Amino acid sequence: MNLLNTFFNIPILIDTFPLLLSGLLVTLEIGVTSIIAGLIGGLFLALVRLYGPGPTPFLAKIYIDIFRSIPLLVLLIVVYYALPFVGIRFSPFVSAVVALTLVSSAYTAEIFRAGIEAIPHGQFEASQALGLSPRHMMVDVILPQAIKIVIPPLTNNCINVLKDTALASVVAMPDLLKQATQAQALSANPTPLIGAALIYIALLWPLVSIVARLEKRFGREKRP
Amino acid sequence: MSPIIMISNLKKAYGIFTVLHGIDLDISEGEVVCVIGPSGSGKSTLIRCINRLEAFSDDSSIVVDGVTVGPGKALAKVRAEVGMVFQSFNLFPHLTVLKNVMLAPMRVRGTKPAEAERKARELLARVGIETQAEKYPGKLSGGQQQRVAIARALAMEPKVMLFDEPTSSLDPEMVGEVLDVMKTLAGTGVTMVVVTHEMGFARQVADRVIFMDGGRIIEQGTPTEIFDNPKEERTRSFLRAVLDH
Repeated sequence: MNLLNTFFNIPILIDTFPLLLSGLLVTLEIGVTSIIAGLIGGLFLALVRLYGPGPTPFLAKIYIDIFRSIPLLVLLIVVYYALPFVGIRFSPFVSAVVALTLVSSAYTAEIFRAGIEAIPHGQFEASQALGLSPRHMMVDVILPQAIKIVIPPLTNNCINVLKDTALASVVAMPDLLKQATQAQALSANPTPLIGAALIYIALLWPLVSIVARLEKRFGREKRP
Repeated sequence: MSPIIMISNLKKAYGIFTVLHGIDLDISEGEVVCVIGPSGSGKSTLIRCINRLEAFSDDSSIVVDGVTVGPGKALAKVRAEVGMVFQSFNLFPHLTVLKNVMLAPMRVRGTKPAEAERKARELLARVGIETQAEKYPGKLSGGQQQRVAIARALAMEPKVMLFDEPTSSLDPEMVGEVLDVMKTLAGTGVTMVVVTHEMGFARQVADRVIFMDGGRIIEQGTPTEIFDNPKEERTRSFLRAVLDH
């Protein structure tokens, strides 16, 4: 059948599969690096925004607002194509990770802030009354409770970051999408694109269903 | 011997609403002081100022065991020596009962885990919760949770214990078990400042009863003086309202 040969050409899929897998590896490298850096940056930003000295909470808020407003594709192109004009040159990999991390940090910061603010005030007061330092209060009392609350939205953010790695293909990063479009050009057949789409779904569907399950579970716990 | 808590000219306002109008109060070491009065009289705010959970006016002064309570480094020292028990318990829900009691000594005093655990189990036994040590606070009744909260505060070996309406959110049948623990504690020589609506407890246990209204101390004295022979009309009308029904 013609349609099958065009979109699900098994021999072409088998031929290009190693290429797609190498692309998947790059996608995962960009994604995981950005997710981890974004978590660290986001937690830092959230703490500065809530408890930072002097004007730092305001600066953190400005950062968060800017990087939640800028389209990721625009940021990526600015980092890769515009910064070299001022002498800052990043490799495609670093460009992609920098852009994804800058944006992911902003979203993660808001998630952490919401999580910390959801902890009842009495937890802070009890910690202070016991003489715990601000650092111990955060590490031992507040964050363990806040992290439980923010796991579903954080997982959601991870999904978004992994999906957004596909944008790295515009800065010539050989990620899953880039490899698929190249394989498509070589074989003059769109099957590799379908293959890439299926790999994205296979990668992210489990995460999506985990989020759904977590949200249901935590939602139930809130109503004892 | 100088008092362990010296409060002078304590003022506190929320915007234009003044909660405390310059309170002067000295409390001696080992004294058990009960603070009574209508809601909104400032009695909770008063004890929350002692460990500076509430900030207060700059021209006010609170000195606890020789250390001035103010913003900055000395505050940690004061808080380590002043235990507090809250109306809503405020146990840490993600830690077991045992860990709740062990946390502060380990983090603030640097107590070794084994020693902290030994001490925690001893305190839990003292408040009658030793069999619940491995449970999470959410599995305990209100009365049990409040007894854990008392053990948690005592684990820091505080010189002063503050109680902010410790029985007000408990089911009536659980009030007794918490008051019993507090009565025992009162006999151990720790200084206690108790904001309470339990007049029976105040009469039986307090060395001194303070009646507050409108952000001022209206009258203070021994339980006998306050409950049997109040001098101020406002004290009389408050006691009539809470006792005669």
